[in-house]
Amino acid sequence: MPLLAARAVTKRFGGLVAVHALDFEIDEGAIVSVIGPNGAGKTTFFNCIAGFYEIEEGEILLDGEPIHRLRRDQIAHLGVSRTYQNIRLFNNMTAMENILVGQHHHLHSTWIGAILGTRGVREDEDRAHVEARRLLRFVGLQGRGDTLASKLPYGDQRRLEVGRALANKPRLLLLDEPTAGMNPAETEQMTEFIRNLRDDLGVTILLIEHAMRVVMGISERIAVLDYGEKIAEGTPEEIQLNPRVIEAYLGRGSVAEVVAQSDPGPGSAASV
Amino acid sequence: MTAELTLARPTSRGSWRPTVRVGLLGGIIAVYLALVGIVPLFDERPLVNGVISLGQTALVLTMAGAGSIAARRATGGRGEVVAAGALAGAITGGFVTLLVILGAAVDLRAFMLNASPRLYDLLTFGLGVAGSWIPLVVGAAIGAAAGGLYVVPARFRTPVGWGLIAVVALGLFAGLLRTPLLTSGLSQVARFLFAPEGLTPIGAIIVFAVATAFNVARGPVAVGRRVSALPGRERRAVFVAGGVVSLLLVFVMPLALGGFFAQVIALVALYVLMGLGLNITLGLAGLLDLGFVAFFAVGAYTVGLLTSTAEFGIAQWPFWAAVPIAVLLAMAFGAFLGLPILGIRGDYLAIATLGFGEIIRILAGSDLLKGVLGGPRGIINIPKPIGVAPDHFLSGATQIYYIALVFAAIVAFVAWRLRASRLGRAWVAIREDEDVAEALGISLVQTKLLAYMLGAAFAGLGGAIFAGLVGSIFSSSIQLFVSINVAALIIVGGMGSIPGVIVGAIFLIGIPELFREFSEYRFLFYGIVLIAMMRYRPEGLLPSRIVRRELHVPETESPAGLPAGEPLGR
Repeated sequence: MPLLAARAVTKRFGGLVAVHALDFEIDEGAIVSVIGPNGAGKTTFFNCIAGFYEIEEGEILLDGEPIHRLRRDQIAHLGVSRTYQNIRLFNNMTAMENILVGQHHHLHSTWIGAILGTRGVREDEDRAHVEARRLLRFVGLQGRGDTLASKLPYGDQRRLEVGRALANKPRLLLLDEPTAGMNPAETEQMTEFIRNLRDDLGVTILLIEHAMRVVMGISERIAVLDYGEKIAEGTPEEIQLNPRVIEAYLGRGSVAEVVAQSDPGPGSAASV
Repeated sequence: MTAELTLARPTSRGSWRPTVRVGLLGGIIAVYLALVGIVPLFDERPLVNGVISLGQTALVLTMAGAGSIAARRATGGRGEVVAAGALAGAITGGFVTLLVILGAAVDLRAFMLNASPRLYDLLTFGLGVAGSWIPLVVGAAIGAAAGGLYVVPARFRTPVGWGLIAVVALGLFAGLLRTPLLTSGLSQVARFLFAPEGLTPIGAIIVFAVATAFNVARGPVAVGRRVSALPGRERRAVFVAGGVVSLLLVFVMPLALGGFFAQVIALVALYVLMGLGLNITLGLAGLLDLGFVAFFAVGAYTVGLLTSTAEFGIAQWPFWAAVPIAVLLAMAFGAFLGLPILGIRGDYLAIATLGFGEIIRILAGSDLLKGVLGGPRGIINIPKPIGVAPDHFLSGATQIYYIALVFAAIVAFVAWRLRASRLGRAWVAIREDEDVAEALGISLVQTKLLAYMLGAAFAGLGGAIFAGLVGSIFSSSIQLFVSINVAALIIVGGMGSIPGVIVGAIFLIGIPELFREFSEYRFLFYGIVLIAMMRYRPEGLLPSRIVRRELHVPETESPAGLPAGEPLGR
């Protein structure tokens, strides 16, 4: 059984069909990318999974259980975490606090316990802080924990967002353009880091990405969206040769041209 | 923005425009002070008896202020600095001169009630239009004097400045300080320093001298430096001793200073209490609740109904039995009022809660509930929390002072514990971005509702103590102004900051109380202070500090569970 399955998911905004009858599956432990031109419905699809949008038709199943009627916090409790295309950290909280908030539902102190400062609460807090510190180190932000999130450099903010998502101990991690705005060296590190997440923690990763080097480098499978519909799905090699994908990216007429160029090496076809 | 940039730029040699601008601003303020009636009204009230009145002080301070701002921004030699001060002062005074001339030609009283011949006489020392030159010259002289302070070294300027501030402050509070001194056996000192109103001339000189000398000796700084130079253990001992002394002072204060101060501080403590409550809803969770007075009303009326020995009292319980019920009931109301409006965000929430506050206020005074709550006649004869004989030292305001302080301390502790807990973090996360907070697993309904209920509980406690403080509760005590005041003190103190709430309450509740004798005019300054605060220090007086935690967490060298994935290189 796939970890996450979308069946005929449709999301409309007024007359606009942002996602249309989308079928999609991701197996436990996989790294899958969703690509497509701007406005293809990738982020909308993420928002449907994470409960930000209510879908009009179809269903989304996690471990075979429907989650598309649940609230965001309930979906998070089931082990789905996400990051955002435009970084959305809690800017007036420190990096440490951001991660502590991410652990929210793994902590158990009640408000009365917190006021009384019971032993259980103190131990809970201590554990949370140790864990937060470890996550800071894991995402490479050791020593920056007391910095306000808004004061961190851009790349660190992206990393912190991933750290915060990991604090929820997710099974499925949705990364929305994790390397956006990064220089080649940072992109390289982030790619490596994402692979480690899966290899070391066993987190299933679904990512939206524009940088084709990243997509082709780490994805086991790729789904291509255009105008809200899935136009192709397959391994990186298959996607690079798929005429519909090339058409979606480069426009009609360029297909023949590209196909005519023999031997499209990895990353060359759709590096737009 | 533009103004700031222009003013920050150093004046180029020979350019008088910034100076003129400061002068114009000063002139407008001076004319305003004269026309709103501050100058004529407080001409009767001396700052230093027989030397200068409060009304005159207001004008002098405006001129001096214009002079010193202009001088500070002026560049060039000493002469130019003094001249800049003189020019700004002269322009300020010149406006007053123009007012006098205009007033002689046209009767302004049709528009400005205070533009009377008496005002013009005051402004010209009785000479009328013939003396219209006087404010101009006086302004120039005062401006030059203020400017002159900027050509002498700072080690002269600062003590003189503080000396003058001390004279003005003590002159303002003379009446308040004189009474306790008279009653506490120091009547000789009181008569020596203070006239029936304001300082005596000798008193003013002494105050000036003491404040100046204190500053020259750099008293507080030197002490602070010496303390921080001490080794850790002794330094801690100094802090502990300081804490004990301040506690003792807090304890002794109402006994030494008398009932009025006790009452003011009790009021401040009451607002601290409610401020800490709203600080949870507004400061932490970011829910702007303008109907806060509703919970205050629930707390006050509950205590009233349960304890009153007069009409409408239903149980005649002791005060202490009624307080927990009042708090719980306020909490229940918080949940009841919170549920329907949880989905409302931001500005809309403010309007919705405003509606709730008004409903409660109108209900309290309505004919519908007159038979239960007493309407405008209210519930009277609410017993004092601690029943003592009238001559006991715990009678009256002193008792309430202690009770309010103790409760404020407890509530501050509770607020502090909550802020540091997982719940406190969840509140702040919701304030920052509620969508993201929810996606991280925080239940918005539960968390927001708790913020509402706990905030309401604090307000209910405030209401309960208020009922005990006043001994009665009337529908007229339930005012929108209470909600606004509490919100304002949080914003002025610094959103989300517990010390900020305390400072905000002292600033917005305590100080206006001390200026009682200036009646409505204190609200004029209250408003000006609020505007200035938001313009120059929008984060509040004591903004909440970043909680530094990372370095306090014990190091675990072998992270369990999570194998050391190659951290992203830095």
